[in-house]
Amino acid sequence: MRHLVSGWLVALALIGLCVPQAVAEYADVVLNRRAEKEGVRPVIFPHWFHRIRFRCKVCHAELGFKMRVGSNDFKMADIVEGRFCGACHNGDIAWAPDRCDLCHSGKRGLPTGIFGGHETGGPGRW
Amino acid sequence: MRVFIFPADSLRAAIAACLICLGSVTLAEDWTPLNKDGIHDPRSPAIKQLQEPAAALSKLIPDTAGNMVRWVQALEKGEINPRASIRPDTKIRVYDSDVLLNLKGGMPIVRFPHRQHTLWLDCVNCHDHLFKAETGATKFSMLKILEGEQCGVCHGAVSFPLTECFRCHSVARPGQAPKPSLPIAIPAGAVPPK
Ligand code: HEC
Ligand code: HEC
Ligand code: HEC
Ligand code: HEC
Ligand code: HEC
Ligand code: HEC
Repeated sequence: MRHLVSGWLVALALIGLCVPQAVAEYADVVLNRRAEKEGVRPVIFPHWFHRIRFRCKVCHAELGFKMRVGSNDFKMADIVEGRFCGACHNGDIAWAPDRCDLCHSGKRGLPTGIFGGHETGGPGRW
Repeated sequence: MRVFIFPADSLRAAIAACLICLGSVTLAEDWTPLNKDGIHDPRSPAIKQLQEPAAALSKLIPDTAGNMVRWVQALEKGEINPRASIRPDTKIRVYDSDVLLNLKGGMPIVRFPHRQHTLWLDCVNCHDHLFKAETGATKFSMLKILEGEQCGVCHGAVSFPLTECFRCHSVARPGQAPKPSLPIAIPAGAVPPK
């Protein structure tokens, strides 16, 4: 019986989470560890846009991005020096980091995390 | 037809919730415009420059969940041709072998296809921190998957979501219907036909 009750509590919590408050595209990532504190908009990284152009292995194996939102601790200086996003956003593979607004396009107040309407919670969410 | 029973009521309830969610979100439009998606700042000058998801994704083989795109098919049919490396000396590894998982449960057997995964991913994305490279060596659990571990590291976050039970549970057991009905209340249309 206790099992059943706790199960339905989980269910209710889930339904709460799943109400599409933000209907961001599935797998959009918001990065806002420092951005807003330092006076710029949070960064939005769209998986859908990048996976049309690159397989997962390019970022998550070759470039070594860990598959856990927030776990890759990098700063704007790393990007300008050609690491992380800067491995491609260098004016060669993709446009250079001087186009601030294209990355820093998020709403203020958003937490770092993965968004998208169809997710069941995603890693570490529940 | 065989009726199957879930191991724990809590798991059943959790899964029911997922399905209910799917039912509610599929009512929304397929792709939300950036200025209404709740994460982009509608006043950002980038809104007019960034590509709208619908502009790119509506041209690809459609799906009923996630990005509403059948990514594996889009890749195999050549609708997209994403790069597999950006450095000339990177070794591109593809492995063709299916692994059958969940041989003892009540749900249909899970067929894990290496080929489709390694088209997108490298071995180090899974081996050995998520799964051992030896059949039967990993202890799987659907609850862990739903919590975002094991298969749930990607499925539910970036790859097709966990609501699509029968894409993983794709091999019927002897005497089992290919997509047995689930013994829980499921909103109509929540489990879309494959
Ligand atoms: C262009 C680079 C790039 C590509 C291509 C890419 N990713 Fe990511 N991925 C990222 C970044 C950046 C993050 C966020 C990392 C962070 O916050 O530290 C991320 C995060 C993730 C996460 C963590 C989500 C979470 O809930 O914590 C997963 C899982 C993931 N990616 C899977 C994939 C899969 C599967 C593919 C291929 C279909 C893929 N990624 C393709 C850059 C990429
Ligand atoms: C390719 C994408 C990209 C571009 C272009 C870009 N940024 Fe960033 N920026 C990031 C990411 C990712 C972070 C880390 C976000 C976080 O976690 O807070 C960041 C962080 C920052 C921070 C927070 C402090 C720090 O050092 O990390 C500042 C300030 C910043 N960027 C300013 C700028 C300015 C100014 C420009 C234009 C000259 C710019 N950015 C262009 C991606 C970008
Ligand atoms: C593997 C290479 C690669 C990496 C790594 C990468 N990008 Fe990109 N990104 C691209 C390419 C290529 C484009 C398209 C450029 C073009 O259209 O000219 C792009 C475009 C974008 C766009 C614009 C999308 C649009 O709608 O036009 C944004 C925003 C963006 N990247 C953010 C990021 C952020 C933030 C990171 C780091 C977390 C990152 N990218 C890492 C290759 C990459
Ligand atoms: C990403 C792939 C994937 C998806 C999607 C998925 N499962 Fe599973 N499931 C697995 C794997 C792998 C196991 C094997 C666990 C084991 O061996 O014990 C499993 C095991 C189970 C089990 C316990 C074993 C059994 O058969 O009784 C149940 C119940 C279950 N899944 C139900 C579901 C339901 C219901 C859904 C849809 C809401 C679902 N699964 C979606 C991969 C998946
Ligand atoms: C998306 C995750 C994933 C990726 C990527 C992946 N594997 Fe696996 N692999 C698995 C799983 C799951 C098993 C089954 C583990 C078990 O049964 O305990 C497995 C099992 C294996 C096995 C033992 C079964 C068999 O087929 O012989 C080998 C060998 C193996 N993997 C090699 C590789 C190689 C080589 C690559 C890269 C080219 C790779 N794997 C990429 C998930 C992955
Ligand atoms: C490291 C990320 C990752 C992990 C872990 C992972 N997958 Fe996947 N899986 C993907 C990607 C990427 C695709 C391509 C389709 C997509 O993105 O929706 C995919 C597709 C699939 C497909 C569909 C193949 C097709 O032909 O359409 C199945 C079935 C599947 N995964 C089962 C599993 C099972 C079962 C597990 C756990 C044993 C698992 N996956 C673990 C990333 C992953």
